[in-house]
Amino acid sequence: MKKWKGAIKLVDKDISEKKAKYLQKQNLVDFIVPIISIIAGLIVGAIFMLIIGAEPIKAYIVLWNSSFGSLRGFGEMLVNTVPLIFTGLAVAFGFKIGLFNIGGDGQFLVSYLAAAYIGYMFQLPMYIHLPFALVAGIIAGGIWGGIAGYLKAKLGIHEVITTIMFNYIALHLVGYFTSGPLKAEGPLPATPKIFDTAKLPRFVPTMRIHYGIFLALAVAVLIYYILWKTTFGYEVRATGQNPDAAQFGGINVARNMVLAMFISGALAGLAGSTQALGLEYRAYQPFGFVGYGFTGIAVALVGKGHPLGVVLGALLFGVLSRGAMMMQSMVGVPKEVIEIIQAIIIMFIASEYIFKYLARKWRERKGGVADAS
Amino acid sequence: MLANLTALLSTTLRMATPLILAALGGMFSERSGVINIALEGIMLIGAFTAMAGSYFFSPWIGVLAAVIVGMIIAAAHALVSISFRADQIVSGTAINIFAAGITGFLLRLIFGDAGQSPSVQDVGTWKIPFIKDIPVIGGVFGEQIPFVYIALILVAVSYWILFKTPFGLRIRSVGEHPAAADSVGINVIGMRYIAVIMSGFFAGLAGASLSIGLLDLFVKNMSSGRGFIALAAMIFGRWTPQGAMLAALLFGFADALQMLAQTIGLTFVPRQFLLMAPYILTILALTGVIGRSTPPAADGDPYIKEEV
Repeated sequence: MKKWKGAIKLVDKDISEKKAKYLQKQNLVDFIVPIISIIAGLIVGAIFMLIIGAEPIKAYIVLWNSSFGSLRGFGEMLVNTVPLIFTGLAVAFGFKIGLFNIGGDGQFLVSYLAAAYIGYMFQLPMYIHLPFALVAGIIAGGIWGGIAGYLKAKLGIHEVITTIMFNYIALHLVGYFTSGPLKAEGPLPATPKIFDTAKLPRFVPTMRIHYGIFLALAVAVLIYYILWKTTFGYEVRATGQNPDAAQFGGINVARNMVLAMFISGALAGLAGSTQALGLEYRAYQPFGFVGYGFTGIAVALVGKGHPLGVVLGALLFGVLSRGAMMMQSMVGVPKEVIEIIQAIIIMFIASEYIFKYLARKWRERKGGVADAS
Repeated sequence: MLANLTALLSTTLRMATPLILAALGGMFSERSGVINIALEGIMLIGAFTAMAGSYFFSPWIGVLAAVIVGMIIAAAHALVSISFRADQIVSGTAINIFAAGITGFLLRLIFGDAGQSPSVQDVGTWKIPFIKDIPVIGGVFGEQIPFVYIALILVAVSYWILFKTPFGLRIRSVGEHPAAADSVGINVIGMRYIAVIMSGFFAGLAGASLSIGLLDLFVKNMSSGRGFIALAAMIFGRWTPQGAMLAALLFGFADALQMLAQTIGLTFVPRQFLLMAPYILTILALTGVIGRSTPPAADGDPYIKEEV
């Protein structure tokens, strides 16, 4: 009997050790794959630069210096980073429950308009006006995402399709309002300017970087807290792992899907609200998507769906998009190279399976025993 | 009045053509179980390639090049999403971003312009004898860009391939129940590769119809969401060639209405409402408000062979 108990303990210990090792390896993969992918992206970018006769090293030095060479450049880089943190979190939150929110651009736009609308329609003290405008944006983006969640939960309609459709509905709807009913007097197709009380303050008047960066970081922490420290977050993750098991275990999967897509939409919406309240101070008629929603997918992938990773991923793409303009004007590298680099990074991270496959083959060839992973 | 009607219908047909072509491509891919949102990007690359082919050689070489390049890009989507088992949406998104980047890059590199290419020779129009002399019908079908006729013929061909040949049956079976298809000896992976590469053929052709059919130049990001509208047309048309064609014609009609709104005195409907109509109709079709459309059962699922 005693012996038997001992055996169980031994097995237990064995399993937990194996598990710890596996988790360690998993963390390593989570870390290595994005790094390899980024390097691959930069190498492919360098090849394209060589084709046109530019010097990649010089170009990448310009890229680095454009964000880290001056305070002004650093500020502009952060301006690019703010919306990407939000849209990256939006995609990452969707991933956690197993849904793909590809509608960040539409959610961005409806929130952009909603926040600007509250910003110019009302005259209130700042401590009410600014939160009011932000909440309006959150609700607008949340509803835009939530509808897709509802259609998925109730009717099983693929959220990728609905969020794509809602992107274009948002594009034309916001286009209609900014050039029609909500258009300001004058030639510009845009809403009137918002009042100062609705503006996200800037650190220094001469730079565009605003307090939205703190908001973004705070929201990243909040999302971490929700996902890993609350029951709802646990349910979201459980549903993402295995929706059937979650349902069987008593989790209301349908309700959580709607709520998660609402949150995801609200997060992408915050990118739009902060754009209106922190940068542009009104809503312009959109002539296409800015692409923050799509870049958010890349950000979430690089960040492996973890809020901290998302912040780092957003910084990476903030640096890249800031550097794109400078590389074009200073070393004559077309700024589209950055899009190519971005695409390569996404492709590589998405192909994680092939990395694992190759690693296993390599271990097998070395004569080691292939493990089950 | 009659002239307006003719103009409206012939514009409808023209605007629907890229959508019909791309929707057929999307249909083959999804029928085999692979979601292809890269249609948008492949169209864009196809449009650029066709323009460049026409610039350096001739319009029809441009069309050929667009189709070949379209198939190559689609093959990349197939490789990454079928063999590397990457998420099909992620792979498609990456291709769309890549397409915007590479076309913008080459536009700047070859033509030194960020916005658009110079004017090139387009494919012209085809005149159909007899038909062109019939009133109204002649105005609509009598003289059109070649892509219009090619698209209509390809609808019939696609219908025949998908529903009347063993090859089509295999494509449908790997999209509905890959394990069952595998058990009767169908090469699931191979069929999916072929179907996805076929979608590249159609999307490349759709792109060519934009740059050297509807216009005679390439404009940066000129696909401007048409790949996604084509996806919508495919869904609205319930993953069938004839359905996708009818949906594309409906969406093309909405597009033609907003283009000709001034001429035909349709100013009381904001043009944005006409532009968003395709997307709203698609959502309604999916929800079952206007007849439920259901995707192939294994659409979007990678196939991993059970190892015994």
